[in-house]
Amino acid sequence: MTRISRREVLQILAGGGAAAVLAPGLAHAADTPKRGGQVVVGLSQEPTVFNPLRPHIEVDRGVHFGIFDSLWRTDDKGQFLPNLAVEIPSVKNGGISKNGLEYTVRLRKGVTWHDGKPFTARDVKFTWDLVMNPKFGAYTKVGYDVIAAVETPDDATVRFKLKEPFAPFLTAWGDAWIVPAHVLEGVADPNTAEFNTRSPIGTGPFKFASRVAGDHLVLAANPAYHGGAPPLERVIFKYIPDLTVLYTQFKTGAVDVTGMQGISAEFYGEAKSLPGVALHLHHSPSVEYIYFNHGKPWFKERAVRQALYHAMDKRAIIEQVYYGVPKPIEGYLPSTSWAYNADLPKHEYNAEKARQILDEAGWKLGADGIRAKGGVRLSFTNSTTAGNKLREQTQALLQQNWRAVGVDMQINNMPAAVIWGEFYVKSKFDTLLVGIQASVGDDPDCLNRIHSKYIAAETGSGRNVSQYKNPQVDKLLEDGVREVDRGKRRTIYVKLQETLRSDLAYLPIFSYVRIEGVKQGMLNYKPNSNVLHNTWNMHEWGWRA
Amino acid sequence: MRTYLARRVVQSLVVLFLVSLGGFSVLHLAPGGPIAIYTMSPTMSAEDVERLTRLLGLDQPLHVQYTKWVRGMVTADWGRSYRDGRTVGEVIADRIPATLVLMLSAFVVAIVLGLATGIVSAVRQYSVFDHAMTLGAMVALSIPTFWLGLMGIYVFAELLRVLPPGNIGTIGAPFSLADRLRHLALPAATLGLVMVATWSRYTRASMLEVIGEDYIRTARAKGVAGPVVILKHALKNALLPLVTLAGLQLPLIFSGALVTETVFTWPGMGRLFVDSIGYRDYPVLMGLLILTSVLVVVGNLVTDLLYAAIDPRIRHA
Repeated sequence: MTRISRREVLQILAGGGAAAVLAPGLAHAADTPKRGGQVVVGLSQEPTVFNPLRPHIEVDRGVHFGIFDSLWRTDDKGQFLPNLAVEIPSVKNGGISKNGLEYTVRLRKGVTWHDGKPFTARDVKFTWDLVMNPKFGAYTKVGYDVIAAVETPDDATVRFKLKEPFAPFLTAWGDAWIVPAHVLEGVADPNTAEFNTRSPIGTGPFKFASRVAGDHLVLAANPAYHGGAPPLERVIFKYIPDLTVLYTQFKTGAVDVTGMQGISAEFYGEAKSLPGVALHLHHSPSVEYIYFNHGKPWFKERAVRQALYHAMDKRAIIEQVYYGVPKPIEGYLPSTSWAYNADLPKHEYNAEKARQILDEAGWKLGADGIRAKGGVRLSFTNSTTAGNKLREQTQALLQQNWRAVGVDMQINNMPAAVIWGEFYVKSKFDTLLVGIQASVGDDPDCLNRIHSKYIAAETGSGRNVSQYKNPQVDKLLEDGVREVDRGKRRTIYVKLQETLRSDLAYLPIFSYVRIEGVKQGMLNYKPNSNVLHNTWNMHEWGWRA
Repeated sequence: MRTYLARRVVQSLVVLFLVSLGGFSVLHLAPGGPIAIYTMSPTMSAEDVERLTRLLGLDQPLHVQYTKWVRGMVTADWGRSYRDGRTVGEVIADRIPATLVLMLSAFVVAIVLGLATGIVSAVRQYSVFDHAMTLGAMVALSIPTFWLGLMGIYVFAELLRVLPPGNIGTIGAPFSLADRLRHLALPAATLGLVMVATWSRYTRASMLEVIGEDYIRTARAKGVAGPVVILKHALKNALLPLVTLAGLQLPLIFSGALVTETVFTWPGMGRLFVDSIGYRDYPVLMGLLILTSVLVVVGNLVTDLLYAAIDPRIRHA
């Protein structure tokens, strides 16, 4: 069993480019990357969708970060960075109207698409039009469908008129990627345009150069990039389906960066001793939960949820199954979020207390050792993606933990394409063991995941798959999206986390920490838990001179 | 001959229809669906799921979807990938070269080595060589391919560092034949080794049968030189069952080897198949299914026709 001490973590981080991230004051001149060179990013899934507005998976997004720009981006500290916009709209600078209904964005001038054509406000409007086009299979309409109209007073100004105040607007549009009107306007069917898979054109720091299907794709530096030519000559995304093979190729030096899933926890001990390698412990915004289906009889009672939490040996899961890498957590937000509540009560593993709570709530032990109340046995299933070894081990531990207090949990796992389909969306499970990112980007809003109006199984809308209903929570969520002031919003979300923790709507287990390997000498690799993919700043990547 | 061919073609079409119907039903009736890969995204809502389902036409009754698919198939429109929207033909064609290179290399290894060891084993039956080959074949057939592949990577790429640990070429380097061959060595050897065993065993059995025939004794009695008897008189007749084997393995050349391709990150058809199952990319899966079925059917037909060419006693009517 491997455990990491604080010192070790610091050593690991100090080993590579992360030193520059942690202590910018200490960065010396040698840390300015030289011109030229390439970086090979190993991915365990293949990026194939290059239109950022089409349905895609996370690795596709990793490529979009190179080719495309959005109006602004969120950096690794949770701050918005202007991208195609000159500045971030705010009430103070007049970019956001007092009533929160109008956003005026001034655009950067002199930006060109990869084919040399100028970028203008028309492209931004076109992007919105395309997403709202019913014939176009857009990935999501969140942040787009709150807009009543987009106006372009001149080439360098865009005005969004909202139907209702929507505080996460900035975050949503930080992930809204601008596509070229002049390329896609005349296309017969934007769903099948060559642009989507073969010839994407953006304003980003890298141009799409070539792709070998099933193997890799190459992005080449865009010397005319409005943020300055990137130091790297090119970035290669290499598809390596097997995580063990991915790690081997990283070890042998064929891969410079292990993207997405990173290095499996079981290789962590060995990876630490690899020469010429820097490891980053990346805190991802996802949290591993036991997700209840509140529509099922057992979980309507807070006592049951509370008892299950007390009976869970969280420490054993983290230490024994996950090699001590992830960190225990009590809420839905990562500790890097501006709305994170650090004062939530800490989980206490106490089987005796769990038994007591269940006894008091009237769940009496039956002859078979399983508790029951009013004819309902405390016996349910838990499901997760079949074949996920670490999760299967976690389930085995939980099964023992809960059996010890008279609760029976049966394991019912399914392949990804099955479990995360209707079974999940239409709330057909009892409980899930699942990693969920409840917030979008750096915004703490999770209205349509927790609000009682958004239970897809009942209304066909939203994604409150756990069917959780709590009027107090509903109220907080509604207030949270209406309030524009960040300080006031923080108070609301701190309260929300407190409420969810005390009601134990879900059982949080740990916050994901990904182990990412980067070849030593590569500079400016900055894990960013506020975006979907750590290629977010690839225009800054480079090699030490 | 012509009626024979016509009959076989009609039979084949019926087989292909049944395969497509069965495959389509199994794929669509199996739980899960292509939208599942998106549902865990933080921005995906139930409306989005429903909208995308409708866009892919997955809300239609199964028979309607099947009819639509068949109509497309007949007009050479195989549909588009659910994952990236490219045409199925394009998606598959992209993967054929890599698969062909790997499979043909493995086949060459397998046939050359397999025939050679098989012949020697048969001629020197129960010799040390024969026993060694029998044992070797048993071992090669029993070892899982992924283990053999991983061992190959461990020994040649990690310990000795003489061969790359996988991939079709050095990442980021322009194409060169030497580089391609270096990358081809391990996967082709891994795959070939398992197939050598099969070919060697078949050759040995077939040769033993022929060597015992009267005409071989006659040839020897006439004073024909040993090697000539074996290679000309015996081998030619022993080839017949091997043609069957070759015919049966023909579809493999295109369908790829999914385990080997995964271990060596080889961008071939096997990988495409596995990935498409993961994404529930029905149009691509159906395309692969039909392509493989056509090859099986054609492989069988060619085998039967070759029989007639090799063995004058067989005539198709």
